[in-house]
Amino acid sequence: MSTATIDPVRAKAAAATASGNGAGSQNGYEPNMVLATKTFDVVGTRPVRHDGTDKVTGRALYGADVLLPGTLHGAVLRSPHAHARIRSIDTSAAESMDGVFAVVTAEDLPPAEDKIVDVGEGDTRLSYVHGNVLAAGKVLYQGHAVAGIAAASPHLALEAASAIKVEYEPLPSSMTAPEAMQPAAELLHEDLYTKEFGERSQAPSNVAEHVQWTKGDAADGFAHSEVVVERTFDTATVHQGYIEPHNVTALWNHDGRLHIWCSTQGAFVVRDVTAKILEIPVSNVKVTPMEIGGGFGGKIPVYFEPVAALLSKKTGRPVKFVMSREDVFVGTGPTAGSHVRVKIGASADGKIHAMEAMLAYEAGAYPGSFVIPGGMCIFAAYDCANVAIDCYDVVVNKPSCAAYRAPGAPQAAFAAEQVVDEVAAKIGMDPVAFRLLNAAKEGTRRADGPKFRRIGCEEVLEAIKSHPHYQAPLEGPNRGRGVAVGFWFNVGLESSCTLHVNTNGTVHLVEGSTDIGGTRTSIAMQAAEVLGIPAEDILPEVVDTDSVGFTSVTGGSRTTFATGWAAHDAAQKVVAEMKARAAKLWSLDPGQVEHAKGVYSANGRSIAFQELAAQSSRTGGPVSATATVKPRGVGGSFSANLVDVEVDPETGKVDILRFTAFQDVGKAVHPSYVEGQMQGGSVQGIGWALNEEYYMGDDGTMINSTLLDYRMPTSLDLPMIDTCIVEVANPGHPFGVRGVGEANIVPPTPAIANAIHDAVGIRMQRLPMNPPAIWSAVEKSRSS
Amino acid sequence: MNSTHVRATINGQPTEFLCEPRHSLLEVLRDVLQLTGTKEGCNDGNCGACTVEMDGRIVPACLVLGVEAEGASILTIEGIAEGSALHEVQRAFLEGAALQCGVCTPGFIVASKALLDRNPDPTEGEIRLWLANNLCRCTGYDKIVRSVQSAACRMQQEIAT
Repeated sequence: MSTATIDPVRAKAAAATASGNGAGSQNGYEPNMVLATKTFDVVGTRPVRHDGTDKVTGRALYGADVLLPGTLHGAVLRSPHAHARIRSIDTSAAESMDGVFAVVTAEDLPPAEDKIVDVGEGDTRLSYVHGNVLAAGKVLYQGHAVAGIAAASPHLALEAASAIKVEYEPLPSSMTAPEAMQPAAELLHEDLYTKEFGERSQAPSNVAEHVQWTKGDAADGFAHSEVVVERTFDTATVHQGYIEPHNVTALWNHDGRLHIWCSTQGAFVVRDVTAKILEIPVSNVKVTPMEIGGGFGGKIPVYFEPVAALLSKKTGRPVKFVMSREDVFVGTGPTAGSHVRVKIGASADGKIHAMEAMLAYEAGAYPGSFVIPGGMCIFAAYDCANVAIDCYDVVVNKPSCAAYRAPGAPQAAFAAEQVVDEVAAKIGMDPVAFRLLNAAKEGTRRADGPKFRRIGCEEVLEAIKSHPHYQAPLEGPNRGRGVAVGFWFNVGLESSCTLHVNTNGTVHLVEGSTDIGGTRTSIAMQAAEVLGIPAEDILPEVVDTDSVGFTSVTGGSRTTFATGWAAHDAAQKVVAEMKARAAKLWSLDPGQVEHAKGVYSANGRSIAFQELAAQSSRTGGPVSATATVKPRGVGGSFSANLVDVEVDPETGKVDILRFTAFQDVGKAVHPSYVEGQMQGGSVQGIGWALNEEYYMGDDGTMINSTLLDYRMPTSLDLPMIDTCIVEVANPGHPFGVRGVGEANIVPPTPAIANAIHDAVGIRMQRLPMNPPAIWSAVEKSRSS
Repeated sequence: MNSTHVRATINGQPTEFLCEPRHSLLEVLRDVLQLTGTKEGCNDGNCGACTVEMDGRIVPACLVLGVEAEGASILTIEGIAEGSALHEVQRAFLEGAALQCGVCTPGFIVASKALLDRNPDPTEGEIRLWLANNLCRCTGYDKIVRSVQSAACRMQQEIAT
């Protein structure tokens, strides 16, 4: 195992000479910052991705492109109410329509058992997943699925949906965590009690869970602080916003086998959860993950997969569903709206003495708001002796939350990083110097328990200080610069990978991680590095759940880390086998054969991998190897943004003038796609900061459920997004990989808020910071 | 519902199809003609994933009715490469890592080619304005804009040599 290590002397030198691709540069990239000392032949290069040609020619097949012979088309009837009791459902008119083949409601599902199910990034009660798939008894949000229809065409299915008569008894609704936490608030679930310190509350509640972590004595820390700042922040519900709507085709074959084709981040999650909901053996379900048009966490849950399966069983034909954009907004995702209070105290010399936070997140209709990861990350960048964090997971009448890129962390950072900025300003310290003085490092214990191993928080902050952006002056009225840091712990979970060596020296790589952003290639590159062959000679394929070992979701920034590790291990097994084959050719002991860069040698003789592969038939037959991993060496990732804005005080519009994203990725396996992750996460954060919001009417329904009104950033709204890759190798991974997908979305909202404050002196405590909000705040500050 | 007979030229080929009056051109391309490279992201003209060229103009195929294609010449992503040779825009997207999930890519490539057909040497601002009809949620547009610049550069060089 070739573990990359960091050389602090070289690291300092690299930091001193670091330069990013400046805002002015148009073509070509200047080198990014590299702190890891180890260099590789394939890892760290930029080959063209293996699936690229199919994707630039329109040939790649996504879920909505599947069309089996005899397919029926589905539609979902959704609740128009935010909260209502279902008095009756009459499907008879719909069922009697020409071209309508079947209708299902919650009554067609097997009764929900009260057991725990793994839903990809954690466990939940099966009854919640079940209830979200098709509402039983009550609808808990506008968009909650009530019935599914299979018809001869998508248009007919929609017509049939509107012919289903549902009698509702509307109930009072709670749309925010503070509302739902009121004792008088209408309960969403009569059987939901607050889980608190290992106990269950006496009475049912909309608060599903209260978690508290303490470290040291926060009250004492505040007593010893000369500067204390406390503020409260709120963020609106936002959506992951992937361009491809959810889709599924299900075929319940007459032999009892269920085959599902869909767009998912976790084919095995779809397999396992669908089997549990339908009460069929997991071995009877095969899921083929099609190309996926974005997910960001939002394509982990199961929505209409079991509904399509039931309709297929009823009709004996394949049944296909594709969501409309409105369905995506009201029926899937989103991420939690939040209410966060942060209090930070420091002494005049800049040392933070106490940090306190209360986070209440909106889980949507079912528990699971990701408030706990939010609490784990909120102060992770700081080495502080006295910390108290309280997290509340609160159900409200909105769609059930799904993960969204570092789920929970951006809302927490929006609050914490603004208060950190304010404390630094009050002390009179530079915001980066203040963060560096208090930065978490190896050995720092987080309030939620884990002690950091080697991390790159200080290196990321040093990278900011030495970046040309930081040193460039910013002039002009209403312009400001902001900085913020972010953290995501990343996950490991489980992965499998198989390699098959072809006789022409190429290698088929079989894996089960859905490829959302080029991971086929970053996984293949790790196998190529071990085998000593070009990345192009590995032919990676993402296959169905029958054809590869169990692989957890593409999520938690784990795919290049963990599935790449499985590829590394499988490749090592191939190397061992190839040594044995060479030994056989030369009548030697395998222990006498050495391998370096794809060449096997012993006693002055040598043979290249390709030649050895060509002789596999003569040396014992085909060469294949499989490896499975459940890695423990997960390395968290720190990120930071430096952003310059210009605020128009007359309209409230904020323009991003310059944006630089910094991130410790451990090792950038394919730097282009690492930059791409950093740029994409940054821009999602910019949208979250400035525009995006579920705009809810008084009746609890979403008013802006189109991509015109839910305004995600366009190319015209943005400058180039400069990146500075920081590589503090993760000692827990063969190539030092930490993961890159998520930490980058954490700092944009506070960095932009801090820049707005720097520009016009207003402190924004609510997201989004859209023109009306900025304009009002500027007007208010002018009049006071 | 009665179907209408429509004749159009699609990717250079004379094509006939039947469609209902309510079918969009997007439905015709994907469901009738199996040209599934054109993607649906919103079905109301706001994401650009279904961008095609129709009689020299780029349009979202979801906002055109299938029957409106009568007599029209339509270019989709499937018609951008010439034989086995990729268009410079396609090559630039591949080499510049301008795609992650790839579902918006066909729309971006059709739109970018149309831009370069009209304006062989666009500024960054002109590229950003032209592509503002196309949403990408993965890349933050940086590598897309750079790839269009790089395709423009190469196409200029080809003309020069």
